[in-house]
Formats: sequence, C-alpha cells, structure tokens
Amino acid sequence: MKPPRWADRLLERFCAPHLLEEIQGDLHERFERRRVLFGERAARRQYIWEVLGFLRPFALKRKRNTTSTTYLVSPMMLQNYFKIAFRNLVRHKGYSAINIVGLAVGMAVAMLIGLWVWDELSYNKYHQNYERIAKVMQRGTFNGEVFNGDFLPLPLGTELRTSFSKDFEHVMMSSWPGEHILSYGDKKFTKTGRYLSPAAPDMLTLNMLAGTRAGLQDPASILLSKSVAQTLFGEGDPVGEIMKIDNKLDVKVTGVYEDLPFNTEFRELTFIAPWDLYVSSEEWVKQAQDNAEWNNNSWHILAQIAPNTNFEAVSTKIKDLKLKHAPEVAFVKPEIFLHPMSRWHLYDSWDKAGKVSGRIQYVWLFGIIGVFVLLLACINFMNLSTARSEKRAKEVGIRKAVGSVRTQLISQFLSESLLVVTVAFVLSLLLVWLILPFFNEVADKEIAVLWTNPVFWLFGIGFSLFTGLLAGSYPAFYLSSFQPVKVLKGTFRIGRFASMPRKVLVVVQFTVSVTLIIGTVLVFRQIQYAKNRPIGYDRNGLITVAMNTPELYGRYNALRSELLQTGAVIEMSTSSTPATHLLSKNGGFEWEGKDPNLKAQFGTVAVTHDFGKTVGWQFVEGRDFSRQFSTDSSGMVLNETAARYMGIKDPVGKTIKWDGRSFHVVGVVKDMVMESPFEPAFQTVFMLNYDWASVINIKLNPTLSISESLAKIETIFRTFNPGSPFDYKFSDQQYALKFAAEERIGKLAAVFAVLAIFISCLGLFGLASFVAEQRTKEIGIRKVLGATVFNLWQLLSKDFVFLVLIAFVMAAPLAYYFLNGWLQKYTYRTEISWWIFAATGASALLITLLTVSFQAIKAALMNPVKTLKTE
Amino acid sequence: MRRNYLGEFEELVLLTVAVLHEGAYGVAIADELERQTGRSVSLSAVHAALHRLEEKAMLNSRLGEATAERGGRRKRLFTVTALGSRTLQSIRETRNRLWDSISPQALPALGL
Repeated sequence: MKPPRWADRLLERFCAPHLLEEIQGDLHERFERRRVLFGERAARRQYIWEVLGFLRPFALKRKRNTTSTTYLVSPMMLQNYFKIAFRNLVRHKGYSAINIVGLAVGMAVAMLIGLWVWDELSYNKYHQNYERIAKVMQRGTFNGEVFNGDFLPLPLGTELRTSFSKDFEHVMMSSWPGEHILSYGDKKFTKTGRYLSPAAPDMLTLNMLAGTRAGLQDPASILLSKSVAQTLFGEGDPVGEIMKIDNKLDVKVTGVYEDLPFNTEFRELTFIAPWDLYVSSEEWVKQAQDNAEWNNNSWHILAQIAPNTNFEAVSTKIKDLKLKHAPEVAFVKPEIFLHPMSRWHLYDSWDKAGKVSGRIQYVWLFGIIGVFVLLLACINFMNLSTARSEKRAKEVGIRKAVGSVRTQLISQFLSESLLVVTVAFVLSLLLVWLILPFFNEVADKEIAVLWTNPVFWLFGIGFSLFTGLLAGSYPAFYLSSFQPVKVLKGTFRIGRFASMPRKVLVVVQFTVSVTLIIGTVLVFRQIQYAKNRPIGYDRNGLITVAMNTPELYGRYNALRSELLQTGAVIEMSTSSTPATHLLSKNGGFEWEGKDPNLKAQFGTVAVTHDFGKTVGWQFVEGRDFSRQFSTDSSGMVLNETAARYMGIKDPVGKTIKWDGRSFHVVGVVKDMVMESPFEPAFQTVFMLNYDWASVINIKLNPTLSISESLAKIETIFRTFNPGSPFDYKFSDQQYALKFAAEERIGKLAAVFAVLAIFISCLGLFGLASFVAEQRTKEIGIRKVLGATVFNLWQLLSKDFVFLVLIAFVMAAPLAYYFLNGWLQKYTYRTEISWWIFAATGASALLITLLTVSFQAIKAALMNPVKTLKTE
Repeated sequence: MRRNYLGEFEELVLLTVAVLHEGAYGVAIADELERQTGRSVSLSAVHAALHRLEEKAMLNSRLGEATAERGGRRKRLFTVTALGSRTLQSIRETRNRLWDSISPQALPALGL
C-alpha cells in the first residue's frame, strides 16, 4: 500500500533535493499511520493534500551550491570555449558549411521578402498628408457587374471645391499621366508629367529645391523635377527660364522639386504644368468645363480631406453627386466615393462583385513564403546542430568529470550556437547586399537595405538570438544533464523518439518545397498558355510613334509616301489607339434586332485605310477598307466577338448606328488581343477616321536591319516634326509588357522554390550524413555478413524516400487548392494537369535520392575492417 | 541582533520540540501538536516553521536513523538551541508579568 505515485513524482519534481528525504519520509510515515487509522482512501486523499501543502517557497527554493567556487566567466575558460567551438567547426568543415550556409540563405530570403513587404507597405508614405489624401472614384453597376473607375467628369471637381469646401482642404484636378515633349532651345525630351491644380505641391508636400510651392498659380508656368531640370538646363538655374511643352505652349519654369521616390504612385511625375493651362490649350477640355459635361469621364480628381473629418463621412456626403447631375446614367447606379491613399497601392482592383483586392494578396503570399523559408532554415539549423551535438556527449562527460558546473556547460553551448548564428547573420547580410540589385530588377523595385532602421536591426538580431538560443538549448540543457559516469562508460543511449522531430521536419520541408515547385511550374504554364494564344495581328517589326505635336496632323499622305519611299517601311497608318491597347470604349450603339434593354458597349478604334495592312489583321468575312469604295468612309469593321455579341448572322452589309451616325459593316476580322491576353477579346469596332488619330503605326521592312530602318525613318520624322524627339515603341515589347505582372510572380516564385529546395536538400544531406555516420558499425557488420552496396544504399535511402513521399501526398492537394483559386481569376487559363504533379513528385524524389545517395554510397563503400576496428 | 520575535505557531512548534526532547522530528511534532491543541496540523506547516526556526538559529538539527515505514528515509531530528531556550524563557516571563498585572476584576468571569 503505497501513497499515490503521481503525487510522489510531483513532490520529487518540485521539492528542493536537500529537503526531499526528510519531507518525503515524514509524509510516508504519516500516510502509513493514517492508512491504518482511517483506511486507504482517506489516507491517499490526505496525502495529496499534504503534498500540495508543500508548494511553498521554503520547499521550492534550491540550496545554493556551496562547494563550487568556479567563476562562470573566467578568461581562461572563455578562451577554451572559443577554441573548442572553432575546432568543432573546422573539424567538420562540410557539415559546418551546410549548417551556416543553409541558415544564412534562409535568413537572406526572409530579409529580402521582409524588405519587399516593407517597401510595399510604405508605398506613398513619402507624402506627409498620406493619411488624408484620397482619389475620388466612381462605382457603377452595368449588366450585373460592378465597375470602379478613377476617370471622372470635370465639373465634379468644381462641385467638390465649391459646395464641400468644409470637408476638403484641397481638391486637385489631374490630367491622366502622359508623355509630353519638353523643349528648351534645341534640347527636346519626352517626359511623363501631368497638368495639376495649383494646390498640388502643397498637397503632395513636394520638397522644393528652387522656387516655391506657389509656382503653379501662374497659368503659364511649369514645375520640374530635379532630374528633368538637369537634363534640360544642366547645372544652370532653371527658374525664370522660358521653355515649351509639346512644341506649342510657352511656359516659365517657376520651381524645381526633389524627384519623387520610386515607391510612390507619382514616381513618374517628372514635371507639373498648371491645370488652367491644360483647360485653355485643349479645346475639348475647355468645352467640358464650359458646358459642365457631367458625362465626359476623362480626368482624375484627388482630394485632401479636412483634418476634422474622415473618408467614410465625406464619401457618404458626396455619394450621389453624379446621379444628381447626370440623371441619364441612373441605370448604372453611379456612386462617388473616396479611395484613401493608404489603399491605392495594395487595394487597387475590384472584381465583378465589387470586392476589393490587389497586391495585398501577393504581400500575404510572399510574406507567408518568407516565414516558411525562414522556419525551414531555422529548424534545419537546430536539427543539424542537435544531431551533431550528440557526438559531443563525451566532451560533456569529461568536462563534468574535470569539474565543470552545469551552468558552465549551458553557457558554453549557448554561446557556441550564438556564435555560429552570428556568422550566419553576417553572411546573410552580405548575401542580401549582393542579391539586392538582381532582386530589384526582377521585382521592379528600388529597395535598399535599411541599414539605419532600428526596426530592421531589432528583427534581425532578435531572430538571430532566438534561433541561436533555441538551437543551442538542446545541447545546453539536455546534454549537460547527463551523468558523466554513464556517458564515459558508453552505456548512455539516445531515446528512440529523438529522431522523430527530424522526420517531421523533413516532411514539412518537402511539403513546402513541392508546393512551391508545382506553383512555379503552373505559373509559367499559364504565361506560356496565354503567350501561345493567337493574337489576330502581326506584331513583328511593328512600331508605333506617338502623335504628340500639331505638326504631324493633316499631313498623312505626304508622310506616308515619304516613309514608303525610304524602302525601310512596308506600310504606315494612323489609328486612335495602338494595336496593343484598347483605349476607348463607348455606348450608344444601335442595330437591327438589338435587344432594347441591352446597354451595349463597344471598344471603338479609329483607323485609316492602311491600318489593316500595317498590323496584318485577318478577315473571316467581308473585306478590308478600300480606297476604291468611296462609301467606305462610313464603313465599319467588326471583330468576331463583336459580331457574336450583336447576334447578327451575316454581319457584312448590315447597318449599325452610333450616336445617330450610320455605318455599314464591310468585314469581320479575327479577334485581336488588344487588352489582357488572359481575358477574352472585347467586342470592338473599327471605323475610318483620319482626324481621330493618336499614334502612327509603322511596319518595318524585314529585309533591312532594324537600326538601319529606324535611322531612315528618323530623318523623315525630323523634317516633318522638328520640335519633337523621335520616340518609338516596338509593339512586340509593348505586348510582352502585358505579361509583366505574371512573369514577375513566376520569377519570384521560381527563385523561392529553388531556394526552398536548396535549403531542404542541405538539411537532408546533413541528416543523411549523420545517419550514415551513426550506423557505420551496423553497415560494417552487414557488409561482413554479405550485404551488397545496393542493399546498403536501399537501407539508407528507404527512410528518406518514404518521408518525401508523405510530403508529396500532403503537398499535392494543398497546391491544387491554392493554384485552382489563383487560376480562377483568369478567363483564359491552362488546366492543372496530372502530369505536373507527377513530374514534380518524380523530380522531388530524384533530388532526394541524389542527395541521400551520395552519403549512402559513401557509407556503403567503406571498408568494414576500418569501421569495425575503431573504438 | 537576531530578531527574537516568534509567531504563535512557531512558538508552539518550538515548545513542542522542547517537549519531545530527543525525538523531535516532523511527524512527531505534528502529532504532538494535534494532541495538545486539538486542531489539525499539516506537515508542510510544521516543516515550514521548523525551517524558519532553524534559520533564526533557535533550533539545531541532525539526521537521525531511517525506518521501514519511511521507505528507508532518514528523519531530521531537532533540538532547541540556547537562543531558542532564552527566547522561550523571555516570552514566558513577559506573559507572566502581564498575567500578574491583570487585576482579578478586569477579566470577565470564566463561569467558575
């Protein structure tokens, strides 16, 4: 009849060792008596109470060790620790390298991702009024789909400024950012900039290097960014100089501002011209202002709200402004709202249900990947360190026998692991510093290491400390508790489950890696899928030149014949948009058999007779515009989607009305991919109009070299348009830009997948070598008994292959789930075929086998005489 | 100077150690206290008091013999030190003096 065992255990656990004997003795004695007097149940119950009664300070407090007089930090011992740590690192060179490099790479990846996330989150924070600036936007519902747009009617700005002056500190009109020609003397450059209200410099808190923020008050003025000022004026003082915009507007430079940083929305704002100049110089804008055109949505409006209000309150106030002034568009339920600057960058797209999302998804995605990679590297490091430290049990035994106290051993192991982590940290900083330029290029960023940011150092050092302490804790606390006698006699054994966490780790690592690989493969497949899509025109050798100065208008035929004469050009035409973009969409179309309730919308492109031959569109029905038919001036070419959308059987010859004007269909072309290559082509109509032109399309002669052709074309343009630099764009490059976002994700995912696999393999390699070393004797005996190399290879590889298979089984559904979700947002999408999984699984297995086999075969080839002889 | 103030329970424990003379250890003290005071006394309270008294140098201790019912564990035997004895004496004198100075009418009759 014994007292409850667990209570005894508990007592042994918490009671100070030097008091345990007498206390436990007393308790047992009393228990024995109570058992006789009151029976076992009562005795046991009381025993438990008595034990719990000893949870008091005097019983908990350990006796100070009075025998040891060793100093914890004696210089001699410190020297010894460093020496031993160094020897250990050098002795197992490969092993230390794997460990340190693995951790450093993981840290570097995490740091890069951290910097990227930091950059994304600090977007636009350059502006001091960040918290109170918003974009005015409108939302509408059309055919059940929600549209959000930041193009707004001009009178809305006036309305906001006059009727809501209490809610807004500034209301700023803005033209859309576009390229303009800036010229001073004979220097001409194409630069991007905007026409803005005079409040702009105050609102955006521009840092004026010369002149004042009030510079835009004068309608014939211009503010330049520092870089533009330098290209135009060199080192001289530009303020007060007269220069020209688009070769037609004379303006005076009234100020120079510091270039806006790369991570701001306005980074391409390299000059600012006054809004009033824009209104007075552009007839259509003046019209929109004078006639209060509430239906011409062509401008941006930015606002800074007053300090005593908030975005929601103001949004509610201005919600119905459009409805009030433009009741004819009530069917789309227009709503005006404010989109705060803090959300511009990360929440910039709305799906068809009106739900907002955007880059924030990628911030989360890469954030999670970063944490995972770091976790992998960190646990990897711990595992390898702990696996290795078991080798040092003997050292612990000797140290203890010679007189080390436990605290000394603890501090030795902890500081040793901290030392290694520090090396890895420094290495990772170096890596980040080296990789950052490439990373910036891939990610389209200008990120710098935050050398002076305390948060960065706090994170870095905090994490290093954490990893170091955690990795060192196993040898420090577990190994130091061994009894020296047992260790030195060799009877000490490590528990059966000691390898369990390591196995779990391998599975987790490979799950992450395989998921990333599948993801990468799929992203690239999706890009390839969209790239292989027939685009309906020929973009090879096609260049576009913007028509940005008045000189180019009204001289179509002269320019065309001159260009053709050079022989460098096969065909030339003008159009309202380049073939790679669809810039204008309009309603107001009527045709026979149209459902009266359908609010039809079409992409509208104005072309010239030669457009078709220039871009090489392909007809399915009918014919191209031709000069031989004078009636073609009211002709129209549809794309296939438009024909389907209208529901007309034989569209050729049918009449379509647009805003009262009649057009007859002359032909139907194959869909041209003008917008996103991942979306179906938009229904588009092409009309002849020589005045509505904004680009010149030129098809180069393929027999001449491009540079030769361009030189010839340039001379023609110089004579026709002397006030403008000859700037051209290759259509294939423009088209390739449509894939930029996807390719960026693909590249980043690929980099991370490779790194994850690399780190995982390092871990695997280390573990395999450790296992092989542990089983050296076993392998020796097996060899003596007749095992072949193949047997041994099988024996050593089996475990790891099994683990990787488990990982694959876990990763496949995970990857399928995430990628299926990702693909859903594309209308044109590749399918997730089984072979991607199969191939990934096979390659993961192959990599595993390669990694493990090196160690396995090395171990299997060893001479058993040597391995068995040593003890 | 060592504090020679004693709590009520400490005083009782110290007295009991004196009562038990050579055989004063945890269980014996607890039992004796239970018998003398009629209240239930937990071992932990006794041990805590013994620990404090030893710290105050009013008790000495040594390890005694082991018995079977203790699972072969030794007991710690306590004896009162000179300081302990002097403290007890001084407490007793204080009490006596106080008792002597109480006039017979001051205390309510105890029903005798």
